[in-house]
Amino acid sequence: MKQETGLLYRLHIDGWLLLGVVLLLITSTLVVYSASGGEWSVVQRHLMRVGVAFVLMLIFAQIPPRQLMLWAPWLFLLGIVLLIAVLVAGKVGKGAQRWLDLGVIRFQPSELMKLALPMFLAWLYAWSPMPPNWPRLAVGFGSIALTAGLIVVQPDLGTALLIASSGLFVLFFVGLPWKVILGVLVAAVAAAPVVWHFMYDYQKQRVLTFLNPESDPLGAGYHIIQSKIAIGSGGLWGKGFMGSTQAHLEFLPESTTDFIFSVFSEEFGLWGVALLLAGYTFVIFRGFYIALTADDNFGRLLAAALSMTLFTYAFVNIGMVSGLLPVVGLPLPLISYGGSALVTLMIGFGVLMSIRTHRRFMGSQST
Amino acid sequence: MKIADLRAVLKREHWVLAGLIIAMLVLTWRAWSVQIEQAAFLKAQAQLRHVRMMALPASRGVIYDRNQQVLALSTPVADVWVDPKLACARIEDLKPLAKLLGQNWTSLKKRISGRCSQRFLYLRRQVLPALAERIKALSLPGVYVNETYKRYYPEAETAAHLIGFTNIDDQGQAGLEKSYDSWLRGTPGKVRVIKDVRGRVVDFYDTLTPVKPGRDMTLALDQRIQYFTYRALKRAMVIHQARAAAAIVLDARTGEILALASQPGYNPNDRSQLSPKRTRNHAVSDLMEPGSTVKPFIMAKALDLGLVQPEEVIDTSPGRLVIDGEVVRDDHNKGPLTPTGIIQHSSNVGISKIALRMDPKTQWQLYHQLGFDQDSGLFLHGEALGQLKTPDVWSRVDQAWTAFGYGFQVTLLQLARAYLTLASDGMTRPLQLFRQDGVLPEGERVFSVDAARCVRAMMEKVTARGGTAPKAHIPGYSVAGKTGTAHKLGGGQYSLQKYRSLFAGIVPADDPEFVMVVMVDEPSRGVYYGGAVAAPVFQEVMRQALRLRNVPPDREE
Repeated sequence: MKQETGLLYRLHIDGWLLLGVVLLLITSTLVVYSASGGEWSVVQRHLMRVGVAFVLMLIFAQIPPRQLMLWAPWLFLLGIVLLIAVLVAGKVGKGAQRWLDLGVIRFQPSELMKLALPMFLAWLYAWSPMPPNWPRLAVGFGSIALTAGLIVVQPDLGTALLIASSGLFVLFFVGLPWKVILGVLVAAVAAAPVVWHFMYDYQKQRVLTFLNPESDPLGAGYHIIQSKIAIGSGGLWGKGFMGSTQAHLEFLPESTTDFIFSVFSEEFGLWGVALLLAGYTFVIFRGFYIALTADDNFGRLLAAALSMTLFTYAFVNIGMVSGLLPVVGLPLPLISYGGSALVTLMIGFGVLMSIRTHRRFMGSQST
Repeated sequence: MKIADLRAVLKREHWVLAGLIIAMLVLTWRAWSVQIEQAAFLKAQAQLRHVRMMALPASRGVIYDRNQQVLALSTPVADVWVDPKLACARIEDLKPLAKLLGQNWTSLKKRISGRCSQRFLYLRRQVLPALAERIKALSLPGVYVNETYKRYYPEAETAAHLIGFTNIDDQGQAGLEKSYDSWLRGTPGKVRVIKDVRGRVVDFYDTLTPVKPGRDMTLALDQRIQYFTYRALKRAMVIHQARAAAAIVLDARTGEILALASQPGYNPNDRSQLSPKRTRNHAVSDLMEPGSTVKPFIMAKALDLGLVQPEEVIDTSPGRLVIDGEVVRDDHNKGPLTPTGIIQHSSNVGISKIALRMDPKTQWQLYHQLGFDQDSGLFLHGEALGQLKTPDVWSRVDQAWTAFGYGFQVTLLQLARAYLTLASDGMTRPLQLFRQDGVLPEGERVFSVDAARCVRAMMEKVTARGGTAPKAHIPGYSVAGKTGTAHKLGGGQYSLQKYRSLFAGIVPADDPEFVMVVMVDEPSRGVYYGGAVAAPVFQEVMRQALRLRNVPPDREE
């Protein structure tokens, strides 16, 4: 590609990734405007956060993967310490202990872990023979379990699942034997009743609601039913921009954050959904392309894990609001009203760009 | 450490890419299933949630007087209510509401938070539309504004008893507002609107039933005459410190009720004034013995039947008459009297002697024809029904008592209607509540034209010097009148201290324009004769009414 020597490339920016992300962010701004009922103040705050996240993406794109690799184990350790700190001294927000008040800003250590865990695992396996030996796999598993465990007890099941799956993807990529994967799956099914026993009531409720939302239309099933109504009302062509009655009449909960996909679907219909999915696929595939063309294992594993994080985000959120998966509190990546999740995602894209643009053998790899 | 073969890592990329594509297809399939296959069902579900039926209030019909002056009308107002269950969660947000409603925030808060489990509580009713708009604009949690109507009575106390009033829910409670409620009341419309999750109306959807406002009514009442009547009665109440008073003015040609007033009164715009004592319509609800006011009817019938001659002289000495051991008295010995003299001086003995020449059945038939045992047929709220015993239980003395208005009871309205018969030359006429513009129904003949005119001429003497009611005299006009002063019944016998003063009059006597009856209950300043208490009210009102109607004077002074 021409960009290998172009201005963007020298600025350590990947043009295709930038294009996909910017398109999604523009869509996001429009939908947030509509979902908030046309509140300019909401859009302004959103754009401010998008701006901050964008700058952070550009900054992280300048940091060479080699540098990140040096930081990886320490970042991971820091993350674990902070997760423990949050349990001891965290702030309760919306019924869960997720926040750490640093005086100036409130900080979610689980956000740090979305990046730190994949980095740690990529570091762990960067110099290892493939497939890795059992002790290394055990360390990998252990770190995933520890991280996910600390987040589950906050409790924040959605983020825990997200982080665990990004870690497991790394293990899958480094060549975890199929029989182990199979074994874990069987064990997971077997462990379900045990997990069920340890779940919080609201989590159990979500699973039950997922299985049959109509059983409790006024209570736990309310969100899913309203969301499905919104999506279904969109039909093929949608009701048009600002046309979401479900959101504007406030039947839809969290319409600017977790349930923003419903607003989008109601306004833009099936074709809009198809375009949105295509947008995500494009960005994810670009991420994978960056992984495949990276020049070391650290870069490859990290890029693949970050791409998978984006995928998991999108899949779980869309699956959730359309009634395919149980309700877990995850926003729609790059579309939902910006928060710390957006910042983390954008930093992830920065890292992807960095991996792409800091290759030592520029142009020698397939392009 | 040996660097692993770069190609070895990510060797499972095909699995991953295939998985990714499958996942995206699953999401697309899901969107298809929800947005295409289930779209119709889900759209219907959406409508079920947004579209709500709403009743639109209908305004009540306007009540006009005969000159299209407004007596009662509905103005739009709004009720402010709260859903405490919703409001309790964010009670502090309601603080600006207290100021708008002019209520104390602490007590308002207490009132709402004391009912957190309830779903409905009126905060203030009937606020002005402008205030309602400001409250709506605040968009407070659980606070709603319902548009409705408030009844307003521009003439306040003047015609209160006839018009009546509505309650806060716009339902008629008294007077015409009650008895003609179904006519005045509109049919609320039904519309469908789009409501948001908090129940606020966001948009209009469609109309199911249009609002049908209530129908107007135009009364026969003349508000100007009504006002004079009201004012004169009120004055009489003060002068004589009476318990109650009432008066009715009829159009002598049509039977239309031009005025109907009762005292003590109330302002129907001020609900705090409502009490049974004030709202009682003494003109239709009070039953009373008409006393001497019925004497002209007996006289007319007797003349008609030839039982008495206009020039005949009847001796009423010595001012008492013994009938079967019972005594009928005059207040003093009035000596020999012509029929005119009997009416002019209101002799009980004289009229008894004439009545006793009559068959009791005939006398009863007369009272029946005059409507003493029938209601007005106007469906007036709280109208009492006169009582009249049948003649077969009358003794001779009963017949005599009945001839000067004791032993049976009528309402003031019934008395007015009976006088209407005299005024219309002996034909009965139904009373008219509403303005009459067409042909009037024919009545029944009770007296001959000659008898009626003759008696009216006799009654003119009542208001002349030497009669019982010179105070009813109106300079320039012939005034036929009759006084009545009845002892009130109390505890099964006639009270010697409590009186009811009556006056009934027809003016001008030759070609009647108005009939007016006045009743003052228990005047307590020592003066109690109908001619002294009730007649001045008649005189004051009629003087004004004659002027208003441009009735030419028919007497030279």
